Amino acid sequence: MKAQLRPAITLLALFTIITGVIYPLTVTGLAQVLFLHQANGSLVVIDGKTYGSELIGQQFDDPKYFWGRPSATGYNAAASSGSNYGPMNPSLEEIVQARIDALQAVDPNNPLPIPVDLVTASASGLDPHISVAAALYQVSRVASARGWSEAEVTSLVEKYTEGRQFGIFGEPRVNVLLLNLALDGIQ
Amino acid sequence: MNTWLQLIFYFGTLLLLTKPLGAYMAKVYQNERIFLDPILGPVERFLYRLSGIDSKAEMTWKIYAVAMLVFNIFGVIAVYLLQRLQGILPLNPQGLGAVSPDSAWNTAVSFASNTNWQGYGGETTMSYLTQMLGMTVQNFVSAATGMAVLVALIRGIVSVPLSSPHFENSKMGGQRGVGNFWVDLTRSVLYILLPLSLVLALALVSQGVVQTFSEYQTVSLIQPSAGNEAQVIAVGPAASQIAIKQLGTNGGGFFNVNSSHPLENPTPFSNFLEMLSILLIPAALCYTYGKMVGDTRQGWALLAVMTIVLIALLGVAVWSEQSGNPMFAKLGIDQTQSATNPGGNMEGKEVRFGIVNSVLWATVTTAASNGSVNSMHDSFMPLGGLVPMWLMQLGEIIYGGVGSGLYGMLAFVIIAVFVSGLMVGRTPEYLGKKVEAYEMKMASIVILIPVMVVLLGTAVALMTEAGRATIFNPSAHGFSEVLYAFSSAGNNNGSAFAGLGANTPFYNIALGIAMFIARYWLAIPVLAIAGSLANKKKVPASAGTLPTHTPLFIAWVIGVIIIVGALSFLPALALGPIVEHLMIFG
Repeated sequence: MKAQLRPAITLLALFTIITGVIYPLTVTGLAQVLFLHQANGSLVVIDGKTYGSELIGQQFDDPKYFWGRPSATGYNAAASSGSNYGPMNPSLEEIVQARIDALQAVDPNNPLPIPVDLVTASASGLDPHISVAAALYQVSRVASARGWSEAEVTSLVEKYTEGRQFGIFGEPRVNVLLLNLALDGIQ
Repeated sequence: MNTWLQLIFYFGTLLLLTKPLGAYMAKVYQNERIFLDPILGPVERFLYRLSGIDSKAEMTWKIYAVAMLVFNIFGVIAVYLLQRLQGILPLNPQGLGAVSPDSAWNTAVSFASNTNWQGYGGETTMSYLTQMLGMTVQNFVSAATGMAVLVALIRGIVSVPLSSPHFENSKMGGQRGVGNFWVDLTRSVLYILLPLSLVLALALVSQGVVQTFSEYQTVSLIQPSAGNEAQVIAVGPAASQIAIKQLGTNGGGFFNVNSSHPLENPTPFSNFLEMLSILLIPAALCYTYGKMVGDTRQGWALLAVMTIVLIALLGVAVWSEQSGNPMFAKLGIDQTQSATNPGGNMEGKEVRFGIVNSVLWATVTTAASNGSVNSMHDSFMPLGGLVPMWLMQLGEIIYGGVGSGLYGMLAFVIIAVFVSGLMVGRTPEYLGKKVEAYEMKMASIVILIPVMVVLLGTAVALMTEAGRATIFNPSAHGFSEVLYAFSSAGNNNGSAFAGLGANTPFYNIALGIAMFIARYWLAIPVLAIAGSLANKKKVPASAGTLPTHTPLFIAWVIGVIIIVGALSFLPALALGPIVEHLMIFG
């Protein structure tokens, strides 16, 4: 027992230096040189103004903007969280119904079915994306709120649609923040 | 179509990497020459010199166990103190204060035991210094501890001096040794975990995982509203920690929502890399095992057992989540999968991952004892949630933790060999070693302790006001939250049905105890088996020897695992996910 004390304490201290100091500093150094934009949060800076991070969603409820995923944390990027509602929780049914009502209140004549991701909370509360279907569902509302033609809005949606990464990974999706910036003419 | 493509690509890549990495690790543990020697050899020798370690000295299983325990207890103390003192320590740009004593205890045990259960939210609780010196360090050394114990067990099975000049066949009080814990620990960190983490961390940064020491970023909003004019974005040195959290089956997230956070797992490709890293080392260790026992078929057979069980359960979970929630259908929501809509039960899931990558992650993270998440398991459909829960309850042996998964699996193999020996009425043997009452007792302890911890823990929580008070979802799902918590802690997984408010004194203390028992009271009997086997003579195989690499044996081991898992947990599962399923669909 005693014979193991010195190696235990010394090795823990040495590994703390190697894996707790040298390793993260090395990664930080290399990251700040090789991937400056990504390492610092992929911030969208246009003409000196920071509009957000392209990876972090923001709250939108104005009809002239595309709305993102409902967020259990109100898009608080300093305290991420999901809803953790179980599939039978009556509160889930209530809140989803409220989201449906909110969408329909500003867009009563929309004949399209509401895609599931538009009325369910994301895992992080910060999901920057919606499905392509969820974007297309909102085209008519955004177009009429802005007095644009639907074709104009649709073409912007298409521009900000990302396919599967390398053609295989993940799901096709639309980045809501970048799309809304483009709607405002900020690119 | 794409669902299948992504799944096949995932498992294909994993199996392709198994052999090269497995062979490399065998060299590391057998002290053979490897290409990193010129760089890391001097570092290794320097560490031994400073710590007063004789790298040629063998240890009996008892000394090995003592070394492992002493090292881990100091790890718990270090992480505890860091959290308690972080308020007055540097690298704390957000000025986060001391963590409460019960939460600090829970987190310290959690990270030392390779569980990484998190009662706290990373970005709101832990300073950068605590994340680096506490979490990241334990991510490395707890993984290395698991790998070391596995290697000791393998040496016990082989029990000839390994083909290295280092491990001479020294006798200690007439006992044969199982290696040197300090050497196994050091070599696991230096030659395996560090290089892989460095590469993975940089790959993750390239995808958008943050790695910075700056304070949280404040940005303006595109649609500001009254009282909501800016967004504060938590950042930090995340990539370096996330790389090892995935590779070492640790699973403790830098941010509260773990790998569903866009700055922890930004793209489908980062998701692929992180998912691959979960199973990478546990899979490769099967090959390492085969290589070290001198018959790679033995390793492939165990990998086959793991993979078959995993894929069967994965199928159930994908089907369950993609089918969606009838409640949504009733409300007229479109959850049909199409080219423009991932469909299915998207509550608690991210669009970039969709259903398939969320479910694949949930399955592999609970098959392995990783426990990181990229979706909220609490919001899964009942059967989708049953799969991760049951994978943990099987004992974290379907791949399992790095090292600990395979040594747990070998305990099941011992049971399987023993029972089949009884059937034909001869003394069972495994790889030339007779399996007798002592090994059987120890293997039973390994299998029964987690079962006891999970079921007793759940029962105690449900019988006390403190345990029931912080259940979030009503009815059967609330029961599932508690069962999941103890299944996770009692098998060192770390994922959660996160609705359960677990950052309370009751859960912090109870789950801390569960994690401690599940880790160390399993590692000790495993080392006891190693010591016992090491001192047995090798008996040559005869016509009556049960071959342990055949499809028949694979099926037999699967049978034993499923029977033990089902008998132990079916009643509990019936009260949770099964009854919930019947309430929805019945």
